[in-house]
Amino acid sequence: MKKEIKKISSGHNACAGCGQLSAVQSVMRALDKDTIIANATGCLEVTTTPYPQSAWSLPWIHSLFENPAAVATGILAALKKQKNQKTKVVVMAGDGGTFDIGMGVISGMWERKENILYICYDTESYSNTGFQASGATPYGASTSTSPKGNQEKCQIKKSCDLINKTGNHLQKKDMIRIALAHDVPYVAQTTAGYPNDIYNKVKKALEIKGPAYIQILAPCIPGWGIKTDEAVEVGKLANQSNFYPLLEYLNGELISGGLNSEETAEKHKETYIKKQGRFK
Amino acid sequence: MKKIKKIKKEKTQILEGSRAIALTINNISPDVVSAYPITPQTHIVEDLAKIKANGEAQYEYVRAESEFAAASIVLGSSAAGSRVYSATSSQGLLLMTEVIYNISGMRLPVVMTLANRAISAPISIWNDQQDAMAIKDAGWIMFFAENNQEAVEQHILAYKIAEKIKIPVMVNVDGFILTHCYEEVKIYEQKIINKFLPKYKAKSGEFLNTKNPITMGAFMSPQHYQKSREDLYKDFQKAIKEIDQEYFLMHKILGNKIEKNNNSWFEYYGPKNAKTVIVAMGSTIGTIKSLAKKEKDVAVLKIKTYRPFPHQEIKKILKNCQNIAVVEKAVNFGTFGSLYLDINISKEKQTIKNFIGGLGGKDIGEKDIKKIIKDFKKYKKLNFI
Repeated sequence: MKKEIKKISSGHNACAGCGQLSAVQSVMRALDKDTIIANATGCLEVTTTPYPQSAWSLPWIHSLFENPAAVATGILAALKKQKNQKTKVVVMAGDGGTFDIGMGVISGMWERKENILYICYDTESYSNTGFQASGATPYGASTSTSPKGNQEKCQIKKSCDLINKTGNHLQKKDMIRIALAHDVPYVAQTTAGYPNDIYNKVKKALEIKGPAYIQILAPCIPGWGIKTDEAVEVGKLANQSNFYPLLEYLNGELISGGLNSEETAEKHKETYIKKQGRFK
Repeated sequence: MKKIKKIKKEKTQILEGSRAIALTINNISPDVVSAYPITPQTHIVEDLAKIKANGEAQYEYVRAESEFAAASIVLGSSAAGSRVYSATSSQGLLLMTEVIYNISGMRLPVVMTLANRAISAPISIWNDQQDAMAIKDAGWIMFFAENNQEAVEQHILAYKIAEKIKIPVMVNVDGFILTHCYEEVKIYEQKIINKFLPKYKAKSGEFLNTKNPITMGAFMSPQHYQKSREDLYKDFQKAIKEIDQEYFLMHKILGNKIEKNNNSWFEYYGPKNAKTVIVAMGSTIGTIKSLAKKEKDVAVLKIKTYRPFPHQEIKKILKNCQNIAVVEKAVNFGTFGSLYLDINISKEKQTIKNFIGGLGGKDIGEKDIKKIIKDFKKYKKLNFI
């Protein structure tokens, strides 16, 4: 058997049990060697490229937080000029770079219908900078910029009627629908709980002509307040509870996944929420 | 003599500045062009789109959704081994700022035209050089053109320098006054340009290539980070000489005679050891020259390479004058003008005064310059004209 070349090596600086890096391993398994990666600023960039080291054995570039989609466009234009139609261009970014600050640039890339696979590792917050709320943070999650108020403190100051009991007041932005509204031919959602599903979706996305978007829920150990061996389990629960169902759209049609039965969802909702510090 | 004159005449055309730059860029044959046309732009990118649409271009033309994206797109193409081009102006440049710094930090040989225009608020679409001053120290070599002919030549030089020393170059041309002005311009053909500026080929191991994978834009700890900034600083200092060598080589190949006291850094115009020297950059030099010609003991120092600033060379040329009047189209709130501050470092005992004018397109006329010369002593350190 041909020995597979490791496209991302161990020894990076991510947290033990990191949901994102686990998902990245599955993505990298599916990527061909003939691939160029444009990475946004974030955990993935910081933990894998402490100069002069690099965990990447594919050509890899990091420019800014909000511009990897445009950088990828530029790479693709360069390849086109070189008459290279084989090399794949893949963007890797977090939810902050995707849902918030990079949104306009992604819209431009999708408008141009470019053959770029965009992968968003959704930790539902700005994990790299200390778990601040992003457009991907779900309703009710306590983050460092949407913290729940302290009950004891408000009693002292008699200000309990003003306290934030909810955490994040805003609903999670629906990036999947935004991608579909751009007529992105392949749009998929999965979680770090399903390595093979990630692998299959990346493989399929690469076969599609035109843009593809895959959003992977990546449980963040310190941010979500989970144990180092729980990222995969929590990733599975996210789907089973219908908080983050597996989805796969081809030309706007749902071809796999979707909501689980109410019964299944009910069974897992409480476990999913109770396992995490951010909903306490 | 007669024969040479005839050839030169044939090559000269009456063109809009933007058109002249666009034609030159096409002859330089970049691989990728990307720009955003609005906030505010010039006809350069429209012309490049038309040239492409007419099938007369070899470059990929990518329509971006903002200047921020346009700069990021050319960054990506450059990192993937392409010769690239973009153009912007005023607000567009400010929107690009984060990428501007990133391009120089990553040592990418990007070349861009900056059609100099005022910055909002208040909103104005007219010319001044405040946009350039906002990013003057971002790690880009900054050329300033007096006229469209100079702009054309500075673009050719820009690519040679950028690709040789891996520092991006911005060519500044005054918005409207140059970009929208029709004047006589000589456009150099691709064949002649190629003799000076060969086809670009990025070196293996220096660009994104699946056959020789590299990591670009890695995260640096303090000691590595400072070293990388220090390296860029040192290469900037070295660039002063390199720009000048390439400048003379270019003009030799292009068949242009360069007069004494004219080089890549500046042009000294007027009597040797003049009492008063007026220092400025860009199109306003034309007005100043025209007035200086009629005055006695007045010379003009036109700065062409603003970054890196050739302090030593300028010190030498200003050595024997008594008065230095720095006229500039940008204001720094809370201190003197940027050009003034740079010249001030290079002066010795001379009296130096700062004249800020031309903001938001306000005209600088010969009478304003005449007044500066006549009443030099009466003026304060900094004056609005």
